[in-house]
This record gives sequence, C-alpha cells and structure tokens, in this order.
Amino acid sequence: MPISEDVIVVGGGIAGSVAALSAAETGVSVRLISHKKSTLRHASGLIDVLGYTADGSGPLADPYEALDSLPEGHPYRVVGSDAVREGLALFDQIAGDEYLGGHTDTNALVPTHGGAVKPTARYPRAAAGGIASDDRDMLLVGFESMTDFEASLAADHLDAAGVPFDVTGVTVEFPKTFRADAKVTRFAKALDTDEDVGSRGTREALAAAVEPHLDGAERVGFPSLLGDDHRHEVRDDLESYLGAEVFEVPMGPPSLPGLRLEDLLFDALDEAGVGMSTGNKAVGYETDGDALSAVVVDRQGREIPYHADAFVLATGGLVGKGIGSSREGVREPLFDCHVPHPEDRYDWFVDDAFGDHPFAAFGVAPDDRLRPQDADGDAEFANLFAAGGVVGGADVAAEKSASGVSLATGVVAGREAGESA
Amino acid sequence: MTDTPEVLVIGGGSTGTGIVRDLAMRGMDATLVEQGNLTHGTTGRMHGLLHSGGRYAVTDQPSAKECIEENRVLREIASHCVEMTGGLFVKRPEDTEEYFEKKLQGCHDCGIPTEVLSNEEARQLEPYLAKDIDKAIRVPDGAIDPFRLCVANAASAEEHGARIETHSKVVDVLVEAGEVVGVEVEHASGQGKRVHGKTAQREKIYADYVVNATGAWAGRVGDMAGVDIEVRPSKGVMTIMNVRQVDTVINRCQPKGNADIIVPHETTAILGTTDEEVEDPEDYPEEEWEVDLMISELSKLVPMLKEARTIRSFWGVRPLYEPPGTGTTDPTDITRDFFLLDHDDRDDLPGMTSIVGGKFTTYRMMAEKITDHVCEKFGDTTECRTADVPLPGSEDFSVLRDYMDEFGLRSPIGRRSVQRLGSRADEVLKTEGPNPTVCECEGVTRAEVRDGIKQAGSDLNAVRIRTRASMGNCQGAFCCHRMANELAMEYPEPVAREALDELYQERWKGERHALWGEQLSQAMLKHLLHATTMNRDGDPVRTGTEVDFGAFDGGPAVGEDSTAERAAADGGRQDAD
Repeated sequence: MPISEDVIVVGGGIAGSVAALSAAETGVSVRLISHKKSTLRHASGLIDVLGYTADGSGPLADPYEALDSLPEGHPYRVVGSDAVREGLALFDQIAGDEYLGGHTDTNALVPTHGGAVKPTARYPRAAAGGIASDDRDMLLVGFESMTDFEASLAADHLDAAGVPFDVTGVTVEFPKTFRADAKVTRFAKALDTDEDVGSRGTREALAAAVEPHLDGAERVGFPSLLGDDHRHEVRDDLESYLGAEVFEVPMGPPSLPGLRLEDLLFDALDEAGVGMSTGNKAVGYETDGDALSAVVVDRQGREIPYHADAFVLATGGLVGKGIGSSREGVREPLFDCHVPHPEDRYDWFVDDAFGDHPFAAFGVAPDDRLRPQDADGDAEFANLFAAGGVVGGADVAAEKSASGVSLATGVVAGREAGESA
Repeated sequence: MTDTPEVLVIGGGSTGTGIVRDLAMRGMDATLVEQGNLTHGTTGRMHGLLHSGGRYAVTDQPSAKECIEENRVLREIASHCVEMTGGLFVKRPEDTEEYFEKKLQGCHDCGIPTEVLSNEEARQLEPYLAKDIDKAIRVPDGAIDPFRLCVANAASAEEHGARIETHSKVVDVLVEAGEVVGVEVEHASGQGKRVHGKTAQREKIYADYVVNATGAWAGRVGDMAGVDIEVRPSKGVMTIMNVRQVDTVINRCQPKGNADIIVPHETTAILGTTDEEVEDPEDYPEEEWEVDLMISELSKLVPMLKEARTIRSFWGVRPLYEPPGTGTTDPTDITRDFFLLDHDDRDDLPGMTSIVGGKFTTYRMMAEKITDHVCEKFGDTTECRTADVPLPGSEDFSVLRDYMDEFGLRSPIGRRSVQRLGSRADEVLKTEGPNPTVCECEGVTRAEVRDGIKQAGSDLNAVRIRTRASMGNCQGAFCCHRMANELAMEYPEPVAREALDELYQERWKGERHALWGEQLSQAMLKHLLHATTMNRDGDPVRTGTEVDFGAFDGGPAVGEDSTAERAAADGGRQDAD
C-alpha cells in the first residue's frame, strides 16, 4: 500500500518539528521524515530570536523592535513579526515549564561556556539561575578532566564584561572517576541515577566538593551535565546540600540541553499524532505538473515514494546538509532548489573569521508563502514550503536568531502546507 | 674580534635554528631572534617532504647528492620528526620514456637507491593510483615535520646555552664605523615568553657577528644594513586533504611543472605546488586557480582527489636567489642551491653574512657550512657535531612501547603522542592528574598542550606547531577554546582570550581556501559553535560594548518558581517587566 499523507515534513530539528505541529493544527494528517539525529546535539538548547542587528549592533534587549531594521529577504521580514510571536507561543506550549523567558518580550543574557554573555529569548529552566542581569553572587564550577569549560577563565571573562555581581570560578574533581576523556553524558548519568560513591551518592559527594568554595555565593553554575531524565531532582538535591541556587551553563556538543530539547519536540509530535519515519534518507522526488507528488525515501536500498499533497523542506543549512556545495556552486540537494550565491567561490567568505560571511546566509530564497523560488523568482514547486536553516537570507550565527527563524518559518510553512493540502 | 664572541642569528626557520644549534654546540655564545614563531616564514609553509634527491637527479645533481646524504643524516638525528614513507616517481602515458630513463640514470649517478615498479606493482603499493599509469621509480623520499624539527633544534641550542627570542622583529641593523655590530629588535606585546618579562618594547642586541638567515626576508635585513640582496621570493600553494589518500610520496615523473607532488603527512596528505615569483614575501595574492590546479592536476595521478575533502590551503615563499646577472626568467629554473654572502667580501661591510637560497632537506648541511664560516672569523676550528648528535626527542627513540597502560591513554592517542614526542614521551606524559584529550582530530592530550605552553608561553599558535592541536579535520572548531582553557592555568583571562582570537583567526586563514562541500559544512558548524553557542563574535568584552544589564530579563516573575521566590525574598532580583 503506498504511503500517503496530507503533509510530509522532511527534517527533524526545531523547524521540522514545529512545521509538523503547525500543519497538524490545521487538521490534516502529517508525517515527519528524518534521516539522522538532528543537529540539536550540537546546539546550546537556548532559543534565540534576535540578539544583534544585521549590522552587528547589540546585544539587543528587545528583539521585536529591531525586526523591521533587518534587510529585505530576511526570513523574519518574509513572515512578519506576528509569525515570530506565534512561533514562540507554539514553542512555549511545547516546552511547558521546561523553558523560561516567556514572561517578558525582553531578551535575557545567559553566560556561555566561554564566559561571554549571550542574548536569548528562552532558556531552559536549568539555566535560569545563571542569567546575568540577576545581581546575586555566582560561583562557577568546572571539572579537572573537562577541557571544554574552565570555570575561573569564564568567571574572569564575565567579570570583564561588567556583570552586576561577583563571580569566581573553581575547578574540582568530580566525585566519580571516569576515563580521562569521558563525555558529558557519562557525568550526567552518574548524577541522574545518583550512583554510589563510597558511602554516599554522587550528588551529595559533588556538593561536598563544591561547598568549601561557596564563599557566600548564592548561585552555583556547572557545565550542562546535571542529569538528564532526573535533571530537576539533581539540581534540587544539589541546591539543598549547598543552600544556593544551582544552574547549568550551556555547552557545545554533545549538548545535553540540545538533546533534551529534541526529546521535548518529539514528545509533542507524538502527542499531536504526527507520524514519524526516522532513520531513512530522503533521496529524491516525483512530480505531477508543477507540483510535487512524492518524496522518495531510500529504505535499505529500495526507493519508496512517500506521497502527499504538500511538503515542508526543513532539512537544515550547511551543517545539516540541507544545503550542499561543491567547487562549482551551491544548491539544495533534495529537491534541487535554487540557492542564490556569488558565482566566484572566493566571494563566499570574508577574511575576518567573525566577519560578514556570505556563506553563513546561504539557503533557498522563499516567496511570501515560504516556497523556495527558482532563479527567476517563481516557486520551484506549487506545494513545497521551506522552514529553518534551509531558508537563506539571514546570518543567524551573527544575529543569534537561528532558533527564532526556525520557529517563525516552521509555524508559517507548516500552516501553509496544511492549508494547501 | 673579542675573546667572548657573541653571534646573533636572525631568522627562526630551519636554517636559523640549525645555525644557532651548531654555534652553541661548538661553544659559541649565540642568540637567535625571530619576528614571529619559530618556523613563521618559509619553513612552516612547506609540504613536509624529506627529499631523497630524486627530484633534482636530472637537473641539479650536486643538490641531489646533498639531499640523499642529509636524508640519511636526518633519519638518524631527527627520527621523531621523520616518517620514512618512501616515494614514487610516477610516469603517466603522456610523460616521456626518455625523461623516465634520465630520472633513473640520474638517481644512479647520485647514489639514490631506486627500484622500477610496473603499473601493477605500483598500484599494489598505492591502490588509489590512476589505473592508466605506466610505471614508477621508487626512491627513499619521506615526510618530515618542520615544526618539530625547528623546535628540537632550538631546544638543543638552548640546552647548549643559546638564547632564543621569538616575536622579536629586527627593526634595524646597527652599523658603527662601517661595521655591523648588532641589531635592534622590537619585542611583540603580550605576556608570557614573548617578552621574557621585559617591559621595554625595543632592545638593542650587540654582537660580534650577525648571520642573516631570513630567507625570503633577507633583502629587508640587507636594506637595514645598507646592502643589496636580491632575493626573488616565489610563492607556492599547498592544499591539505583531510585523510591520507596515499601513504607514499607521489611525484609526477616529468621535467617540471606545477602541482606534481603529494606528500602523506601525519593524518593528512599535502598537495603541492605552484611556483610564481612575487614582489613581497608577506603580501601576495592567494588565488583560487592555484587550489583548483592542485586538485585537477594531481587527480591525474590519484583520481579520488577530485572528490576528496580538503581542509585548508596555505602558501609559502621560496627564498630563491641567483647571483646577479644570471637573468633567469622562470622561477622554476632558478637553482635551489644556497649562497653565502659575506658582506665584508661583497659590500665592504664587515660583521655580517647573509644566507640565501637553499632547501629544507639540506638545512643542517647549510648550517654547518655557515657555522664553519662564522667560526673561521673567530679563528675557531671546533668541529661540527650536528650530524652525529641526535636532536632532543630523538636520543633514544625506541618507539612504540605500549604506552597505553603506562599513561592511561587509549591506544591510538597514546601511540600518536609517543610518536610526536619521541624520547621526551616519559617526561611529558607522566603527569599528575587526569590527562584528557584536548584535540580529538589529532589525538593531542592536555599533557602535550601544557608542555607546549611551558615551551612557548602564551602563544597558542606556537603551541599548535609543537603539538598539532587544532590542525586536523575540524580546524580548531572543537579545540581552539580548550587550548585557551589550558592557557588559563597560568595566564590571566585577557591573555588567554587574545591568544584564542589569534589562533582562531590563523586557523581561519587557511580554511578559507577549502570552503566547499564537507569543509564548508564543517566551517559553518565551527562558526555556529563559536559565534552562536559561545557568542564570541558579539561578546561585549570583545566588541567593547558596555552592557546595560538592567535592561535585560532579570528572571521569571515572582511566584513562577520556587527559586525565584527565594531569591526575591533576598531582595537581590531585578525584574525586567
């Protein structure tokens, strides 16, 4: 029996998940296809909307105020500020009380593991204790064998930014010994299950190692490894042992906050009755006139068409391989959509590592319904909509807008797909 | 001449470090100054080939003979820097039989061992060679790590009492009464070994004799002394592949040409090169066509290169020199021989000799000849011992003991660390406390990074060249900041931050030339990790922005969660709305 849905979404990150939920809200049947683990395992788990303007001004306290200043063709300009709010509202619904920040339009400044502060719109409950506009004194704790986070360096760096509190950093030995290059997930598991170390559990032993360094600090930050399934319990326990608020500093890959966010999204998809096909790669498509009729999925060497009335392309940007490139040019590899880019490869980048790189904004150029357009400005397919990193026109890394763009475009693309199905 | 000679060597490349080691081993009081890191110039920008001499066996037999001789010496004294991969001169159908025979005969004439391999034999050795090649000549080419080699030379010189100053740029050559008497250097700002605790930016270093071993920069030093040295810098590109497509050096067997060599080097393979005369050794165009040429030409020898992943490209400048009046137009025709310009004989300016031209493989022999020359000035007849005394790290290189258990390192990382460190492995790896991996691509542990910091101070690029950390596939995406974290153990935050920015920018410089396909994806990931996750680009400390913290979200409203309530009771909360 051929597979057939009203809407098929390709891609399982924030944009794909939100698009699928948004499509499902229109009352149609939705299936989400994702190939590999999403790039959320690389992401911090913070939900940024807009932290800097396109010309680099910031950090912005109010992200909405700056939306109109963004260049034409920016995904936010395409979908409008209402869509940005809708995207965040849907996110708040998905995240429930796992994320904070929804009480205000104002950005929060969250310490990063490098010691900078970063503007973000929503932050995991576990990171809430760390926000930089809070003036309580802070202790940061790192572990000897964790090379990604050096607590005293991060503390001094925060201090250099003029944060309104005293901050110090200390490196302690984790109470349980692992292989020298154990991943954060191993630390998290020890805390999650409160593994026994000597006569007590890991949590109590960790608190005991930190306690002598408190020196009056009212909040204590650890790298993001404070448990997984039992993360709130881990923090609660540490808080009661230490008598201070405990929080996590978002980290790079493998990122527990990113993985936890992925779980939240997948739970929401389950609840909304979205069908899921994971582990197989979408490799091609079939058309009917100017519309897509199916996306072709490689299932162990067999090419199976997944039919639908409308499709959402949410395969990510360069990192997720939603955008492909070669020495000859840049393209969207699945549906072969046009990706605007300078012809000369040496115009794809600038010489300053943190400069305005054109490659950072590579992606399909959407029309006002988020349909990828060809080089002439016509929709590539009548019923294909794009969301998230595959959409070009924004340097989301510099603006700190990646999640916001995924949410806003996800909501719109999903709804457009649902309504046209 | 005084009784206590002091010799000043300008230039911290292979020649300069080789000379200062030789001088120090002969008991001379020697100082070396280098404007950047050791290997900052040409030496750090070569393809890592240890010549067998085969390359010069037709056109320049004296050079070929020197190469094979020094090839054998370096295998002995620098074993921890050398990998004897072997090399092939591969003949394609369009290359002439005549040249193949000339090459073979030339190697015989120069004492370079050869073996002729059929297509099948060559492809058995290197399965990814093009199917349609005719045959190949096998020679004892190898790979050598120029960074490790120079560092070892400098370390040996220091052990023998020499002073080594990096980040100390010569800004003037001091001439008094018609004689060179020293130089004035400008020490770079920054903390750590770079300034040796000096607060003064400039220092005059007097010496009885000055050796200008600055290669492509020799003309500039000459200008400061008022003598004319016409070095002809010639640029060449090298493109780095993310894996070793071949384990043997592959040369194209034709008279000359761009893009004719592939050198397996550590975890990578290096494609080279072009040969284009440039005006300025520091400022020349790094062009797209050069990279494309490497890939298109060398994929004729190894077809899979066409689709393979490059991780960066870099350019080096050769310090070509030919005596005035030779008039060669094509830089590929200029001899690779070296010239010793005694400015007393040449320009009536006593006190200084410049060394120009030459090849990396014969650096030690050049250093010996120059040191002989300098010693002669002092009437010193001490014999050179650099061909016999192993460099630090190669004294007892009985590698591949099982370090896995001894240092608690997993096998591949332990093996690679030990290969890099040679006989220094015990000293470096036996550390207190955990020894996690800092750079996963290259398998570099904390102990090695900290050893690098101990040697090089706060300069992470100098740590990089000592350890290879940040030189693998991810080009520092996952490890640049970890290296800075290690630096923070000994240096304050601004120093670590500045060193990180400098390393990150240096890694970007080469990666820019590899931005398509997999590496563009990798570069974007790196950009996202450093710009988005860490906000290093918008970091208020970096941009100098004063942040109005009160204008930002101060946390959830009272009552929304218990911790906020508790905090509010302390009166320490600011609410944004």
